[in-house]
Amino acid sequence: MSAPTAAPASGLAQIGKSVFVKGELSGSEDLYVDGQVEGSIALKSNSLTVGPNGQVKASVEAKGVIVLGKLEGNIQASDRVELRKSAIVTGDISTQRISIEEGAYLKGKVDIHRADVK
Amino acid sequence: MSSVSQNFMKLFRGSSGPEAIAEQGSQKLTRRSSGLGELSRTWESAEALCVLDLGSTSATNIRHFTERGHRIYSEDLLTASTEPELLTKDENGVAALDSRKFLADNLVYPAAHFDVVLCWNLPDYLDESLVKPVVGRLWSVLKPGGMLLAFFHTRDAGPDSPCHRFHIIGGDTLEMKRIVLRQEARRPPTGTAHGVTSTSDGFQLQRVFNNRHIENLFRDFASIKFFLARDNIREVLVVR
Repeated sequence: MSAPTAAPASGLAQIGKSVFVKGELSGSEDLYVDGQVEGSIALKSNSLTVGPNGQVKASVEAKGVIVLGKLEGNIQASDRVELRKSAIVTGDISTQRISIEEGAYLKGKVDIHRADVK
Repeated sequence: MSSVSQNFMKLFRGSSGPEAIAEQGSQKLTRRSSGLGELSRTWESAEALCVLDLGSTSATNIRHFTERGHRIYSEDLLTASTEPELLTKDENGVAALDSRKFLADNLVYPAAHFDVVLCWNLPDYLDESLVKPVVGRLWSVLKPGGMLLAFFHTRDAGPDSPCHRFHIIGGDTLEMKRIVLRQEARRPPTGTAHGVTSTSDGFQLQRVFNNRHIENLFRDFASIKFFLARDNIREVLVVR
């Protein structure tokens, strides 16, 4: 089985590698960032993927976060965080589940919170 | 050490040192750690400890501590020391790393914040100009009574001892994997003094501390305990 590449799926909202966005980003669909984003990203029920060329300086709130590039800022994920081997993350992570590939760089605190029991 | 005796030592380590498990392209080693065993009694009995892991980012270690209700901070200081902006020259014009800048960017925590610091083999591989300032900062971020675990090579380990990442896989058991540097980090921060050899693609042992050097390094701490291992490593558990 081949490893998932986290390449953007067609129809997915994308910020390409030549694009620079400064400000607040929010939405209700999955987002793939391969460019630069500065500010904040809020995708409460959706996922953010920072591509290999992505450089994000923002606080992130999302359901899931996958990082292949650089992310500077705190991550709050209601479901899971994946740091692939090329990831460079500086900031605190709060999530239910986390996976970190060998070679990924993380500087920050990790807080694992349990799912709410209903 | 002659090549014959080095080969003999490899043979010796194979039978009584860390257990080697060959993998495709990388080698995993497991080793028993008395220092870790003693330290783990703390985190098995105490609640909500604050732990700082200064080795390579390890999902295994993060899981180990968060499953026990502790808070873990991860900060890979060796990789951080390869930042090109740190390069400077000392008063003699010799290449060195800017320890002030390093400490302005790294290990920035409130005083007396951590109960446990896992240094692993950091002092052996960190650039000379950073070792004392880093240990000084670690003293200040540890709580009084807080503990720090560090590993030091003995002279018999040889200058080519590879740098490992450490994963906690049991109360007193570690899995070690050789660190291969990212492409962009493969440069010597202070020229030949902190060279990353092309053959190893990893960090190079910078020096060998003897017991007296280690005692001096941690002289501000309240106590120091040595554990001798069979694989040319001295484990040191210090208490602030």
